[in-house]
Amino acid sequence: MLSFLNGISQSLDAYLVLASLLFAIGAFGFLARRNAISMLMSIELMLNAVNLAIIAFGAFNRELNADASAIALIVIAAAAAEATVGLAIVIAIYRNRKTPLVDEYDAMRR
Amino acid sequence: MTLPQTIPLLGLGWDDALFLGLAGAMLLFALMVVSMRDIIRCGVAMIVAFGALAGLYVLANAPVVAAAQVLIYIGAISVLILFAIMLTQSKIGTTALVFQTQARWAALAAGILAILLVLTVTATSWPAAAGLDEAQKTRLAHDLATTMFKSYVLPFEVVSVLLLAAVIGGVFIAKREHGGED
Repeated sequence: MLSFLNGISQSLDAYLVLASLLFAIGAFGFLARRNAISMLMSIELMLNAVNLAIIAFGAFNRELNADASAIALIVIAAAAAEATVGLAIVIAIYRNRKTPLVDEYDAMRR
Repeated sequence: MTLPQTIPLLGLGWDDALFLGLAGAMLLFALMVVSMRDIIRCGVAMIVAFGALAGLYVLANAPVVAAAQVLIYIGAISVLILFAIMLTQSKIGTTALVFQTQARWAALAAGILAILLVLTVTATSWPAAAGLDEAQKTRLAHDLATTMFKSYVLPFEVVSVLLLAAVIGGVFIAKREHGGED
């Protein structure tokens, strides 16, 4: 019944399409959400999509496998640093403005 | 008792069924992250999406990255985000508008981006490379360690300094001012 999907877990295209869709979902969340923390979560989704693409390029290639994993680990560490600083900034702004909604942060356009 | 090669009735291999299940779960929970009204549920859905992604990493011959995904994303970043949500949640937070007013255009732009990326990916003929053999699949972590500490030792050290700077910067930004009102 679903035999036309045989071998999908061994195809590079399937992983890359999945990464593209995840990146688009993250981009939508970043553009559309009002809450600053939701926007940070969308950024995490986009970083994960890029990581999935990196892993996919190394998944079925004998020479690239170890390099892809190394790069993905470095990206994960950079994402952790980004999350730390981003959430600290959101909490610092929340302490001053008492709202997590980004469209109420208008101090720089008044 | 051994399992049959393909799942009965579906005619689908076990790896493929696992891939489809994990991919579907990941996309579903990612959509929930960006669309649900209650932000704490968004955070929990994000944990599930990251878990499904870790499963996909295992399928894609990257077990060390899957372990790091579970430890760092599910263990550290998600907890950090959940705490930030609890620190910044207010009474009006859940009843107020979830999306910006330009959400329709954002959805359009994201849809166009998805279509462009999918078309580009599927239209490109990626050069065929020699796949991994069974012997290599048993020493993936060993190969990764060799690569990490030979070719990538400089980025590794730079990332450690970056993490230190991020921790110090995060503490400095988020700490209360002396004499602040709260």
